[in-house]
Amino acid sequence: MATALVLPEGAPEEVITVSKVRDVDLTPFGFKGLLALITMDNGLDHTRPNTLGPQSVASLDAAITEALSRKPAAIAITGKPFIFAAGADLSAMSFLTERSQALAIGKLGHDVFRRLGEIELPTFAFINGLALGGGLEIGLHSKYRTLASTAFTALPEVFLGLVPGWGGATLLPKLIGPEKAVQVIILNALNNNTMMKAKDAHALGVVDAVFEPADFLEKSVAFAASVLSGSTKIERKDYSNDPGWDLALATGKAAALKKFGGADIASPRKALELIAASKSCSNGEGFDAEDQTLADLVMSDPLRASLYAFNLIQKKRKKVEGAPKSNLARKVTKVGVVGAGLMASQLALLLVRNLKCPVVMTDIDQERADKGVAWVRAELAKLVEKKRMSAESAQRLSLLISGSADKSVYAGCDFIIEAIFEELSLKQELFKTLEEIVSPECVLATNTSSLSVEKMSEGMKNPERVVGFHFFNPVAVMPLLEVARTSHTDDATTATAVEVGKNLKKTMIICKDAPGFVVNRLLTRFMGEITDAVDEGTDPATADNAMRSIGFPMSPFELLGLVGPGVALHVAETLNKNLGPRYRISPTMQAMVKEGVKTFYIKNEDGTFGANPAAVALIHKGTTPSTAEQVRERALKALAEEARMMLDEGVVATPAEIDLCMLLGAGWPMHLGGILPFLDREGISESVGGQRFHAPGIASVLK
Amino acid sequence: MTRTVVLVDAVRTPFGKSGSAFVNTRADDLLIRAMRGLLERNPNLPLDQIDDVAIAAATQTGDQGMNIGRSASLLAGLPNTVPGYSIDRWCAGALTAATTVAGQIAMGAIDLALAGGVEHMGNHPIGELMDPNPRYLAEKIVDPDAMAMGATAERLHDRFPSITKERADRYALNSQIKTAKAYEQGLIQRDLIPTAARSEELGWTIVSVDEGPRPTTTMEGLAGLKTPFRPGGRVTAGNASGINDGATIALLASEDKAKELGLPIKAKMVTFAFAGVEPEVMGYGPVPSTIKALAKAGLKIEDIGAFEVNEAFAVQVIAFLEHFGIADDDPRVNPYGGAIAVGHPLASSGVRLMINLARTFESHPEIRYGITTMCIGLGMGGTVIWENPHFTGGNK
Repeated sequence: MATALVLPEGAPEEVITVSKVRDVDLTPFGFKGLLALITMDNGLDHTRPNTLGPQSVASLDAAITEALSRKPAAIAITGKPFIFAAGADLSAMSFLTERSQALAIGKLGHDVFRRLGEIELPTFAFINGLALGGGLEIGLHSKYRTLASTAFTALPEVFLGLVPGWGGATLLPKLIGPEKAVQVIILNALNNNTMMKAKDAHALGVVDAVFEPADFLEKSVAFAASVLSGSTKIERKDYSNDPGWDLALATGKAAALKKFGGADIASPRKALELIAASKSCSNGEGFDAEDQTLADLVMSDPLRASLYAFNLIQKKRKKVEGAPKSNLARKVTKVGVVGAGLMASQLALLLVRNLKCPVVMTDIDQERADKGVAWVRAELAKLVEKKRMSAESAQRLSLLISGSADKSVYAGCDFIIEAIFEELSLKQELFKTLEEIVSPECVLATNTSSLSVEKMSEGMKNPERVVGFHFFNPVAVMPLLEVARTSHTDDATTATAVEVGKNLKKTMIICKDAPGFVVNRLLTRFMGEITDAVDEGTDPATADNAMRSIGFPMSPFELLGLVGPGVALHVAETLNKNLGPRYRISPTMQAMVKEGVKTFYIKNEDGTFGANPAAVALIHKGTTPSTAEQVRERALKALAEEARMMLDEGVVATPAEIDLCMLLGAGWPMHLGGILPFLDREGISESVGGQRFHAPGIASVLK
Repeated sequence: MTRTVVLVDAVRTPFGKSGSAFVNTRADDLLIRAMRGLLERNPNLPLDQIDDVAIAAATQTGDQGMNIGRSASLLAGLPNTVPGYSIDRWCAGALTAATTVAGQIAMGAIDLALAGGVEHMGNHPIGELMDPNPRYLAEKIVDPDAMAMGATAERLHDRFPSITKERADRYALNSQIKTAKAYEQGLIQRDLIPTAARSEELGWTIVSVDEGPRPTTTMEGLAGLKTPFRPGGRVTAGNASGINDGATIALLASEDKAKELGLPIKAKMVTFAFAGVEPEVMGYGPVPSTIKALAKAGLKIEDIGAFEVNEAFAVQVIAFLEHFGIADDDPRVNPYGGAIAVGHPLASSGVRLMINLARTFESHPEIRYGITTMCIGLGMGGTVIWENPHFTGGNK
């Protein structure tokens, strides 16, 4: 029998999921016998799902022993309303200092869960609601599984930098075969942590039966009785000689490489190793390997950084650091968007979908305004076509959006966001014009990426209502919103902007109005080092690939292709002007913009990507090339230096906000913790600024 | 009546003792479970052809509110084209739901309907949110005893001194014995829908039998019980029904529709009647309602071969039997026992009587007519007369 572990010092107290046993007489279901039914319940409502810390696992262990003592015909396990179990309690993991502790956690889970698979009795998991990670693994150890038709399931471990190490990596491939196991464990996890709907889980063979929630437990018990009586037979396939292993593993590997820009990241690699081993190993051998892998990962800095990043994202989604009290926010019942180009139209769509209030757009002539409105309506129609929106909702929203060439339509607006050409004088003029039309309280927001918001508000009657409101492209997808306060911006304006951002379901940071805010400032500095190296004579491929192993989602030149040299150059010029010559203006980029060359890479006829000869021809070739190591070092040092300056200048208050920005605004991976934990563990923070950004033990293993 | 109304099928949840099996289960969830159980065992029933859903509850707030007839239909997964309504006649709620949809069917307004009732007396104690008009007492419109059901039962003992406490206890014991025997033979379980129940402390289980029955009851045990409604009274927890949680549901149809869809016919409705009496002796209600119904049907009490009388109190059943000259232990009466044993979740009980009568009809083709009857708070009775579709032309 397993014994509970002692939590490491500093770890939060475990919220214990208690497992209790009750008898269910199967006679009314057509089988003479008793089902011992275990309920897992942490005593809190569905907003605090069951989790599995050491004491919870020990409680399950005791419940299995208790269930066996009742001499049942079978044992089943289910959860509390709406929740089965949301997986291992990760809160203590960040505090482990010894590998032996990490190993013990893995072993404890195995020791208890495997009983469900190894005792002679039939065992059932009645997965009544959300089952993630260790929760689903309890189901995988059980011999049969039913699932509520509304329940979501997943093995998100690889998303978090772990492996399904309580049996999942071994049991799932044996149950459903390599191809589908790779889908669930690798592809789903890497695809933004995609969860399975019940019908998908059933189709993949993860569960044996799906029942509606209204009488899920009754139907599940009836299913168990029918299995016991033999009237239902569940066939299991042996996949050990399946021809799909190599292809499945290769597919998983390719997906991981793609996700991390070509880097070979530990958690998907190790998960694939465990999956591969399951082809021929026994369950016990698989579980032992899982224990070792889990311990290695848990004691690694990338995993600690991942957990830090995950918690940071969860926390900041709900609470905006430095936001004024929300009761200061003014009601927003009519919104204006200035401009009707693609960016403005995207904003209008996002606003009308989420605020569901009138949204008015303007442009320099009616034709352009109409085009913007038409684009929004067409996007709404697409959503209806894809069955992601009802026709009625689309109808409602289509009628809320309107366009004009006359700015007087902004009268009555509570919030206006401008997305016109990035030219300071134009924006200054615009805000002065708007002031004549709207009330003094109407918030005037700008989606500028690099211009000074403060300067935009100069000479205005009410500069306190001006705020930066910077989205990332594509605005519907990217979760970050930078809210920039000038020295005049008042609390009511900021609170209103934050409230609008919340309604748009964005995660926000509030930063000082400083050039490039956070994400563009860091990205541009970083990119500048790469283009500079190329301009100095470094081979473009060497420069571009210098950071492949880190795991950024795309290389610098891939990113440049996405942003477009025109925009990148414009931002670089602005930052050069405002922040100084460390923001370099690349002659190569200038040439590319001049010649209309948009990308460094082009798709070859065979589908692979290669250097774009048109771009290569434009490279300004210096005579002082760098090695890949030198490029990597200078780029990372530039990041550390710039981040330190931003903190010193008070652009944001804490390093965590910088990390949040890079995670959500640049899509940088969790195993870097955003970026600063990575710079800390590489020693770059200290070599540049003489100090770490985060104390040892935060987003790293305390040594 | 222009069209014959038939009972196609009826089921119920097990009845729990309040504060026990269903303590953390919602009333509407009990009802939904019964509804889904009924639909599941009648796969020939096209859901979109259900014309109406009538659901009774004596307290229509909280988990028994929101027009539970409509709300439970949506939650049970009926198509949203099926309408529903709520109905209330206190203890005779489900009985009235059945007679009301029968009226709709008989006049040709509808062909198929669900009728049932639910009462979670743990969530909704009897008298919850009641606000009796002060005129009741000020103007002596009712006797104060009328407001407490136990007191009305004591008043029946007063009115009929031949009904002693000992006689009431013996009736109650017999009810327990009959129920225990029916359980042993698996007769009651046939129409119970096993129902999931969760206790916050104990976790989930499946309830598949009634919690109320006390098969070990003895006369000595009953004799020693307190009389909570009066010092030296006769009404005890042992010779009265309990405080219960449960739900029932029946499917009624026009005979033609049932035949068209190949649905079973368990009973044919002959007629029904409701009648009033002095509120302080509400338990006497079934007497005038039965007289009225028999007269409408052109039948005599001798024509009735099976009786399902709700056992709110033993005294009230005995008063009914005594009026019609039927022995306390007549085998035609409540052959599977009654509410004293299995419980009486107020508005749901009417359909439980139909469930039992239908089973009696099935196993007794020599019986032609049966009645379901019950007393109703504030002085009423309700009676439905049914004809046995299995009748083969025996004596009665």
